[in-house]
Amino acid sequence: MPNEMTHHEPHAEDGRQWQPMQLMSEEDAFEALLRRDHPREAAAMQMAKVNRRAFLKIMGASLALTGFGAVGCVPRRTDEQIIPYVRQPEELIPGRPLYFASSMVLGGFATGILIETHEGRPTRVEGNPNHPASLGGSNAMVQASVLELYNPLRRVGVLNNNAASSLENFTQALQRALQSRNAAGLRLLTETVTSPTLAAQIKALLEAYPGAQWVQYEPVSRDNVIDGSLLAFGEVVNTVYHFDQAEVVVSLDADFMASMPGSVRYAHDFASRRKVRADSASMNRLFMVESTPTITGSAADHRLALRPSQVETFARALAAALGVPVEVPTARPWPSAWFDAVVANLRAAGSSIVIAGNEQPPAVHALAHAINAALGNVGTSVVYTAPVEANPVNQRAALAELVADMEAGRVETLIMIGGDPVYNAPADIPFGAALSNVPFTAHLSYYNNDTSARSAWFIPQTHYIEEWSDARAYDGTASIVQPPIGPLYDTVVSAHELLALLTGDTRSGYNIVREYWQSQYQGGDFDRFWRRALHDGVVPDSALPPVSPTLVSDLNAALGAPTAAPGGLELVFRPDPNIWDGRFVGNAWLQELPKPLTKITWDNAALVSAATARQLGLRNETLVRLTYQGREMEVPVWITRGQPDDVITVSLGYGRGLGADVDAGRSFNAYAIRTSAAPWFVSGVTATATTIRYPLATVRANMETENTEHVHLLSLAEFQANPDLYLAHTPENSAYPPFAYDSYSWGMSIDMTSCIGCNACIIGCQTENNIPVVGKDAVRRAREMHWLRVDRYYVEDASGSERTVFQPLPCMHCEQAPCEPVCPVTATVHDSEGLNTMIYNRCVGTRYCSANCPYSVRRFNYLTYNTDEPLNAEWRNPDVTVRIEGVMEKCTYCVQRISEARINAKNEGRPIMDGEVTPACAAACPTKAIVFGNLNDPAAQVVALKAQPHDYGVLAELNTRPRTTYLARIVNPDESLRGTAGE
Amino acid sequence: MSTLDIVPGKSSPNEPQSLTVRQQPPDNTIGGVSDQITAVSLGKAPLWWWIGLICSVALLGVFAFTLGSIAIRGTGLWNLSIPTIWAIDIANLIFWIGIGHAGTFISAFLLLLRFKWRGTFSRFAEAMTIFALATAGLFPLFHLGRIEYFYYLAPYPNTMWMNPQWRSPLIWDFFAINTYLLISLLFWFIDLIPDIAALRDKAKAPVLKFFYNILAMGWRGDMFHWEGLRKAAFTLAVIATPLVISVHSIVGLDFAVAITPGWHHTIFPPFFVVGAIFSGMAMVILFGVILRSGFKLQNLIPLSHMDNAAKLLLLTGMLVVYGYLIEAFGAWFADDAFEFALVANRSTGPFAPAFWGMILLNALPIQALWFKSVRRSPTALVVIALCVLLGMWLERFVIIPVSLSYPYLESMWNVYTIGVWDFLTIISPFGLFLTLMFIFIRILPIISIAEAKQHLAEEAEHAHQ
Repeated sequence: MPNEMTHHEPHAEDGRQWQPMQLMSEEDAFEALLRRDHPREAAAMQMAKVNRRAFLKIMGASLALTGFGAVGCVPRRTDEQIIPYVRQPEELIPGRPLYFASSMVLGGFATGILIETHEGRPTRVEGNPNHPASLGGSNAMVQASVLELYNPLRRVGVLNNNAASSLENFTQALQRALQSRNAAGLRLLTETVTSPTLAAQIKALLEAYPGAQWVQYEPVSRDNVIDGSLLAFGEVVNTVYHFDQAEVVVSLDADFMASMPGSVRYAHDFASRRKVRADSASMNRLFMVESTPTITGSAADHRLALRPSQVETFARALAAALGVPVEVPTARPWPSAWFDAVVANLRAAGSSIVIAGNEQPPAVHALAHAINAALGNVGTSVVYTAPVEANPVNQRAALAELVADMEAGRVETLIMIGGDPVYNAPADIPFGAALSNVPFTAHLSYYNNDTSARSAWFIPQTHYIEEWSDARAYDGTASIVQPPIGPLYDTVVSAHELLALLTGDTRSGYNIVREYWQSQYQGGDFDRFWRRALHDGVVPDSALPPVSPTLVSDLNAALGAPTAAPGGLELVFRPDPNIWDGRFVGNAWLQELPKPLTKITWDNAALVSAATARQLGLRNETLVRLTYQGREMEVPVWITRGQPDDVITVSLGYGRGLGADVDAGRSFNAYAIRTSAAPWFVSGVTATATTIRYPLATVRANMETENTEHVHLLSLAEFQANPDLYLAHTPENSAYPPFAYDSYSWGMSIDMTSCIGCNACIIGCQTENNIPVVGKDAVRRAREMHWLRVDRYYVEDASGSERTVFQPLPCMHCEQAPCEPVCPVTATVHDSEGLNTMIYNRCVGTRYCSANCPYSVRRFNYLTYNTDEPLNAEWRNPDVTVRIEGVMEKCTYCVQRISEARINAKNEGRPIMDGEVTPACAAACPTKAIVFGNLNDPAAQVVALKAQPHDYGVLAELNTRPRTTYLARIVNPDESLRGTAGE
Repeated sequence: MSTLDIVPGKSSPNEPQSLTVRQQPPDNTIGGVSDQITAVSLGKAPLWWWIGLICSVALLGVFAFTLGSIAIRGTGLWNLSIPTIWAIDIANLIFWIGIGHAGTFISAFLLLLRFKWRGTFSRFAEAMTIFALATAGLFPLFHLGRIEYFYYLAPYPNTMWMNPQWRSPLIWDFFAINTYLLISLLFWFIDLIPDIAALRDKAKAPVLKFFYNILAMGWRGDMFHWEGLRKAAFTLAVIATPLVISVHSIVGLDFAVAITPGWHHTIFPPFFVVGAIFSGMAMVILFGVILRSGFKLQNLIPLSHMDNAAKLLLLTGMLVVYGYLIEAFGAWFADDAFEFALVANRSTGPFAPAFWGMILLNALPIQALWFKSVRRSPTALVVIALCVLLGMWLERFVIIPVSLSYPYLESMWNVYTIGVWDFLTIISPFGLFLTLMFIFIRILPIISIAEAKQHLAEEAEHAHQ
């Protein structure tokens, strides 16, 4: 059944109550009346009318919604007291942003954030430096989450059988259902819950309704991690890794820098040991075994591409070699030198980490635990705590059980909070069909999705930015979700409030959360504690204490005999780097974000190696039909380097919403063939080539060969052996004296060794600088507007191994900028602090500057990409000009932030300090690869970085004298592996 | 000067018979020349003129619609992107300015050098210059992202004392093209005055008479008038001659000044000038042949003059070929990896047909002009001229969107394709140019009557001696 996000019209036909309303609504007078008296309902009305295709067109171009008209959302403060992050002003100062600490939850796990608000309007999300999962950094999904708040796809009215209803009607119906029906027939289905308050509420609910059950399900769950822990220790423990403590890291298909709880922190810690400087040239070393290329693999010093089913064999062999008594299959499909080097490195290292990927089976996790124990890593680089999840169970099994109960008629009332199991349940668990067997179903959801459409009741949910809640981070640290504004619409309900309704509790979300923490708090002066927790964004001392689980005595028996590695084609499912499990499918920023390695936007693709493509007759950008157990999906092919042969990777989450596949009348939905038995990889898949062309929009020309002289790649040994290394280009003499910068002179340094290519900077820049979305077609025409792009290069190093190198390219702010003299109207000029500025209102749009920019970092508004529709305008940063059609734009080094710092400094009668100005890209960067500062300040960090021997400017030989310079990418390969195959 | 009855047979001794079939024998008296030329304007329009005009006006409508859409909806209608920020817009600008060049070259350069045969072509070649410039001038305007602020390019007084960027070649362009247009217009007009007077005298309709009366500025054929006219024409020729060189040099500098691969060549200014005259001569020859047979002016546009024009076409064509060789040599000699990549991409990439088309169409057909019989065959000249025009358009295409498709950083490479609006922009400017040309040939003398008479008189004198 089509869902709400793909169809707006169909509900009218089956909604008996809707019909008179609809007739009435044809009249303009009624609309005007509704708009005047009930603006928010009018918004919902308008929403239902806008045809999807027309909508997508506009949304694709600029996130606008035609006809959303004069309504939209007026930001309100919450009624409760909220505590801003940095300082609490006596009153709100117009024009000055306020920051509020909160948390963004993904897969149950919290990342601490600061929400920037302007006059009460949230415009931006940044990492919270006080929060352990962030340390100030964030990722693309966190950054882009603010856009969801203003998403016009959001449905804001209660629906009963897809017809308009009200919360009062729902409350009454719910009470009737709860009273008349069997308590044992009550089921609560949620996503992963780490929220202490929600867990307490659920506990209370289960006590109030004996026999009722709570089931959690989300498609990207941690089932393997939980089962692996059970296998190794007989109990569920949470593993916290301290990458800053590890000299050697071996990853068994674990994409720990992108898709694990705590990955922002992990990336930070990992990179903290790779800051190679002239005076401190030491590095950790990462060995990556992976079944599909990831950004973690790109950062690795040695990378081994294995079929996913072979990773367990590798783990067994590794465990055996390190003294863990396990049975090892004889076949070893990898170069022995590579394996020996891993063993030798782990043995030699003082501390190390062996980490297993979420997608690998429990046995691999158990083996990793055993190896870490054998290497003595436990307690230092690997720390165990009690589980973070309120109820860590195998979610797939729980869902299967729930569906069995539903089919058997044992479920009478099903309350669902979040998620979309009709869409994303394993293909062999017929959740959607079973749903019709349940007499009373209600779905609390932010979007009206497939599950909402199949439920009797749809209750609109609050966005996390407008609700009170709490959650725990990867290490158990609790934080309060603090809303800087009240709900944009009166009709929305938070999960806490819905649960309260179930138990007849009438407290507000704020009181529920606050009173929970009051009940937990032992010391005196709770108010002070509460204010502290809200202000800092973390509940003090709430990280879970370490525990020391004991390994099962006979791990080999627990693991069972190794299964023979299957042959044939293997299919890997991965959460999408941008839209995750599909929850961000309505987020235009994330849809248009080029995926880190493939640089594809707006679409899903089947990643295959060139050899496999040849073998199967697959052609790039042509659909392939994947069949597994009678189920099939079609998806366009994208030939990818680093992909193991005979392995196809697809992303989860497509086939609905804003994806370009939906617009083209197709569905690249990987859930269609994902089963509960093999949620992450399967063998025995058939891939049939089709002749259907499906063009993909990628921002990177896909070429066999590329010129890699713009990236410098060095090994640590080369770096150490050449203390006089000097990569920078000496500027040629000029007849003119250099300009004397007597105040500030801004510059940037980007460390390509630290850059992991995660794209956080791109979205950070987009939200800070009001950068519009242009849509798939425009991306195909190379008109994407991102001011900052991350170029990906495949570079061969001295030993012949291919490395993936990421190079973020903002404007270089050249000292001798080629763009400046060619502009006929002086719309782009150098300022007295060295910035290459763009004067939008002077620009007439000759575009000559762009032709003369050797870095191609300028962007042009070829069409009207910025519209002034209310919801499109809400997220915008009022400190940054919104550019109109016909105007050139580019990175400004976040000049608005420089101005703000200058004003602050001037008010306080001091110069701007180092670190006071952080451009949005640098602020978003989890690894602190981007450093910005005043080149006139000898103590500035950026000056020290630019003095490094491996500092260089891209295309500096053109004598542009770029102010953005790079630190060469340094890798730390094991010398014993020089020139070995397998990488 | 006296009325002489002479037959200027000498000027076209090798004229093929097929083209000299005349329904009425030409009256090669001084008065007859006047009648014959003014009859083109004042007589009944031939059918082909009406068909041509209607087609041109239809195409002009397409042009107006295209540019109007671009102005209203944005330059994004063209298939432009971030590497390829210019394509058909600027390719057309250069093509049309180039077309215009031949006119000034013939009227000013050859006037100063006292080439006699220039008089045959000068009038309509100058008209071509102005109409081609008018067409070309629209592109710098309509390629702007914000066309409504085009006046920012002019140093107009404003409260902020904001001047344009004098270092920008586009500003040089702005002044060069405007100066060129102004001088060309004046030059053309000065030359027209005696002929307009002739039209005034012949015109019967009061409206036409009034119109020509104003334009003739009281010309009576007085000796003082003639003296003043000659002085003015020579003075303007002296001013216009360097403009022939400067305008297209500056257009060439638009590219040479940029550091973009494929543009950064010091040879560009002279290369552009030669290329412009090359394409302009092709257009002059094309129109010469058409007017000659269309209005039966074989006696006034003799084949010997076509021969001379063809020689000039050959000369400039060979210089253009030299430019191609130097460009390839430069990439090799400078050992510049980016230039090398660009030469490789141009000649083997998706644009290879455009590149090889440019080379073949510009270099090969003109080789036939080494033969006198070809130079005097109107049919062959038409074919060669069309090849050159297409070849030179392709050259501009190769220089602009093709070079821009391959910037320094490969991550931004993006191959330009011709979209619907791009295609309309390629063909529709001919609507404006041809409409103006068609109107011109019916309202103003297409050959300078005064010069034709002078030419006849001089030849008669020669005959007497």
